[in-house]
Amino acid sequence: MSEVMENGQLSKTCLYEKHVALGAKMSPFAGFMMPIQYSSIVEEHNAVRGKVGMFDVSHMGEIFVEGPEAEAFVNYIFTNEIRGFEPGKVLYGMMCYPDGGVVDDLLVYREFEPEHFLLVVNAANIAKDYEWILSKASMNPVTGKPFDCRIDNASDGWGQIAVQGPEAEKTVVEVLGLKEAAELGFYTFYDTEINGKRLIVSRTGYTGEDGFELYTTPEETVRLWDILLAAGVVPCGLGCRDTLRFEAGLPLYGDELSPEITPVMAGLGMFCKYDKDFVGKEALLLQKSEGAPKKLVGIEIEDKAIPRAGYPVELEDGTVVGVVTTGYHSISLDKSICFALVESRYAALDTPLSIRIRKKVFPGKVVKKRFYQTNYKK
Amino acid sequence: MSKIMEGLLYSESHEWVKVDGDIAIIGVSDFAQKEMGEITYVDMPEVDDEIGQGETFGALESVKAASDLYSPVSGVVVEVNEELEDAPEKVNEDAFENWIIKVRMSDKGELDGLMDAAAYKAMIEE
Repeated sequence: MSEVMENGQLSKTCLYEKHVALGAKMSPFAGFMMPIQYSSIVEEHNAVRGKVGMFDVSHMGEIFVEGPEAEAFVNYIFTNEIRGFEPGKVLYGMMCYPDGGVVDDLLVYREFEPEHFLLVVNAANIAKDYEWILSKASMNPVTGKPFDCRIDNASDGWGQIAVQGPEAEKTVVEVLGLKEAAELGFYTFYDTEINGKRLIVSRTGYTGEDGFELYTTPEETVRLWDILLAAGVVPCGLGCRDTLRFEAGLPLYGDELSPEITPVMAGLGMFCKYDKDFVGKEALLLQKSEGAPKKLVGIEIEDKAIPRAGYPVELEDGTVVGVVTTGYHSISLDKSICFALVESRYAALDTPLSIRIRKKVFPGKVVKKRFYQTNYKK
Repeated sequence: MSKIMEGLLYSESHEWVKVDGDIAIIGVSDFAQKEMGEITYVDMPEVDDEIGQGETFGALESVKAASDLYSPVSGVVVEVNEELEDAPEKVNEDAFENWIIKVRMSDKGELDGLMDAAAYKAMIEE
């Protein structure tokens, strides 16, 4: 939640009027006026953990890549391996700079038509990503020519709703009549139509629960929202989106990934595949073999005080060895926990580390980043 | 609409003061608790801590943010509301009933710089 545009024009998603009508607390996020909460972050969080909630994620970016060299191109800018990955599957990974810093983290969808891919990127990074992708496409390092593919930033033409929670499947099947959704495995999708418009039904999410992300036109997004709302699905704001993803150990670009925080530092090396060439590979391999200077860890403290982004992480003698990137008093676990970027030698599990919160120092220790046991569909 | 309690003094940073002899009972206004949303933690000083006017003496924490508490008066903390340690949400339930600290004032003249209920009402309605 750190990307806030202080000045300039704020965009509105297709659901903006709906949020205002529901009385949501609205705030700028990633260049959009977005709902932070409707009733209460705690109630919305618990709705997703216990039942089902929905999020307007229409601010996310959709960039399509297609053409004879689309696969070769996407594989060149993406850390994960897309060769041999079947149509209807979704892969998580990063785009990196040559020095290993992260341009963005994203989802890649392999569409059902050959050499067609959809890249779903963070709202705050749409313009930057699009520019980066175009610049990389201008030169295929193997042929010395531009990659033979078309790149289309279609973000403005797509809305997106995330339906998340243990009752998400029942909801999309029974309320929206999307029967095939029940057959989807985690990180797969299918294509269908709604009122003649394309609808992508994807079993993905950012909450640690089972759930679906529904991509369609802005008009149909509004219709879906109304149907879900009428069926009693709890509207959820970005406030609980952050508490949910955090508990599930999921990074947020800008906090846990950035041009300065590489996938190796963030503990996301499993999403980087080194038996292919991609931008940033050499730097990441070097960091992997030499050891990253800093690592992202989880820290739990023995108090109800709340570690917040920017607070120092200290040793017993007061030496500062890191900084908190995201922290909460966890709603689902009733513990004060945080992600922190610390010097690698203090990153081992159970290492005693303290957090300075205002004038006081609270002792704690390194714990696993996945604080909450996720409930994904197998 | 936020509730405003008559007979209290208010600071620009939304603390209220109830004067009882040379003791200042300090809390936050209903307006402040509404702005914060669900309060999940109240960071309070220790008894016998010395605090100066305008200095932070603690913080209110909601799920998303921490908001510092500023002392409207100078003095020594004589009591903290221990009930809030386990039930911080009481500040949301009634911000005027649930005080945060009591301070033995060292300079009652500082009270003259605070707002009465009418002036505070005018400020938050601006």
